[in-house]
Amino acid sequence: MTDSPFAAFSGTDSYIAGDDLLRDVNAAVALQRPLLVKGEPGTGKTLLAHAVAESLGMDLITWQVKSTTKAQDGLYHYDVVQRLNDSRFGGGDVADIRGYIKLGALGRSFRADQRVVLLIDEIDKADIEFPNDLLHELDVMSFHIPELDETVQANERPVVIISSNAEKELPDAFLRRCVFHYIAFPDRPLMERIVHVHYPDVEQALLDAAIVRFYEVRGIPGLRKKPSTSELIDWLFVLMRGGLSAEDVARSVPFLGTLLKQEQDLDLAERRLASA
Amino acid sequence: MFTDFLFALRKRGLPVGTQEWLALHQALGSGLLENADDLYGLGRAVLVHNEAHYDDFDLAFLEVFHDVEAVELSSAIAKWLENPAAFEGLTPEAFQQLTGLSLEELRRRFEEMLRKQKERHDGGSRYIGTGGTSPFGHGGAHPTGIRVGGPGGGRMAVQIAGERRFRNYRSDVTIDVRQFKLALRALRNLGREGPEELDIDETIERTCDDGGEINLAFRRERRNTVRLVLLMDAGGSMTPYARLVDRLFTAANEMSHWKSLDHYFFHNVPYGRVYRSIERLDSLPTADLFRLHPKECKVVFVGDACMAPWELMATGGALAYRDQNPTSGFDRILRFRDHFDDVVWLNPEPQRYWGHETISTIRRVVPMFPLSLDGLKDMVRHLRRGAVMRKVG
Repeated sequence: MTDSPFAAFSGTDSYIAGDDLLRDVNAAVALQRPLLVKGEPGTGKTLLAHAVAESLGMDLITWQVKSTTKAQDGLYHYDVVQRLNDSRFGGGDVADIRGYIKLGALGRSFRADQRVVLLIDEIDKADIEFPNDLLHELDVMSFHIPELDETVQANERPVVIISSNAEKELPDAFLRRCVFHYIAFPDRPLMERIVHVHYPDVEQALLDAAIVRFYEVRGIPGLRKKPSTSELIDWLFVLMRGGLSAEDVARSVPFLGTLLKQEQDLDLAERRLASA
Repeated sequence: MFTDFLFALRKRGLPVGTQEWLALHQALGSGLLENADDLYGLGRAVLVHNEAHYDDFDLAFLEVFHDVEAVELSSAIAKWLENPAAFEGLTPEAFQQLTGLSLEELRRRFEEMLRKQKERHDGGSRYIGTGGTSPFGHGGAHPTGIRVGGPGGGRMAVQIAGERRFRNYRSDVTIDVRQFKLALRALRNLGREGPEELDIDETIERTCDDGGEINLAFRRERRNTVRLVLLMDAGGSMTPYARLVDRLFTAANEMSHWKSLDHYFFHNVPYGRVYRSIERLDSLPTADLFRLHPKECKVVFVGDACMAPWELMATGGALAYRDQNPTSGFDRILRFRDHFDDVVWLNPEPQRYWGHETISTIRRVVPMFPLSLDGLKDMVRHLRRGAVMRKVG
């Protein structure tokens, strides 16, 4: 890190971040607290970690959380079955237990020689107690491996970024330790810039028409899943590929299925747009 | 001023505690705070953990800082650092220990930051909230410049707070869902029903017994065997409790640990039919419900159990016109009780009203618990005890 802990992260060429997001990322880095990023799916929570790693010149270690993930998985895994197999059928150094202890994402981020960015992706997918089980490890940045009687201590405190889709409520004790940022849905000017990053030479008229349409569709009350940034990007791609013009988009909404994925939503939107 | 802010936040029900407050101090000490905009932004990032609280934060910020001059604010921050123990119950030693920075260091860094500010801008005399530009500016603070995002100078913290952009994120409903879930989590009965997995301890045991010849042992994974049937009263007298019931339902529904979860609606008491949707269009005969759900299911009624006594006791007295209703509501409840191992009733009505005739009648045959966090915990305990007793017996 440079002398000034401030403004280390300033976005990257391919990642557009709002001012307040930049500030919160830098606050989390300086305070050495995990940054909890929440927001609708498709607002770029996961990409943020990639951008932070790129911008700070650090490696990124991703821990993809699933419904079956346990806190222990992130620390280390003792592969007993492999050891048993080796002891019976040969192969590997059975005498050395080290060969069978594999560090998880958190463990690797502690052991890394240089400071890394650790992304704990979609933490809310796991069991409701999962975040609590990580409290201690994230606080002291170390954990114990009883099999080796060894403590893994972070060489350099990793920059921890945690993303959540808010499917489950996270425990208070966990939240208190985080710097929290809610990625609000981008407004039109920001959205335009985001699109430009993906398609630098998109025709302006088409882009304008598409963005107007996009926010119109998003604004339909009662949608079960509102289209997000990533759907807009996909939709524009299809529009450009299909050679559609701004007038086409202004007249109707072609490829509506790219924006809306649920049948009920499609029905609802079609009725709404037809009556409008 | 800042302590006012803390209490303004707390007054609005934001769960801001010592830990967050200290983090804000730490942020001040690390030179992250340059102007009022940052106080707003950092404050929000560190003190608030839920976008549902953003709006309350905005309101509290407005309330405390709406007519404070920027200079006053800077000196207030400096003064605050001078005496961080102003936070009640926190000694300077504790503060030092927790932040890892000496007070001198904190102060020095902060003053340095202020000096830098003066050199770079002559301003500092403008009011926040009235002028169009921030006295300190924003973009200049970033050594590499901000490639993206508009300059923050035009919008001041108080103005941003005043916009209350997060009004729509308020949600006063979901806050307790987690607590309900935690209570419901205890309701499980682990049985070995899942797919087979390697039983490592047993394998090692057997392998040793066989003198090193590998002998694999398998067993089934532990799975929760609890099947839950929720029967909710959707009658008019339940309207005041709709949100509470909704929370309970959300909690139960979002939990994936049930073997099965089914829910039905009824009106006051279940008669000949129960309904699948709250509009009560899609129905099925109550007799079918008995057929569909084995007796191991745990049946939870949610309702106020308040009705006219004849509605509960009389035959043919159902509210719904088409229900022939040869069985009284009370007898139906008895049938539920006799068919299922565990039937309980959650009642949102305050306990002091449980003397009501129909409530006390139902309570005599079905264990009743208040629909509150504590009541839910008691209910779970009751259901678990039932399971244990059956196992023993």
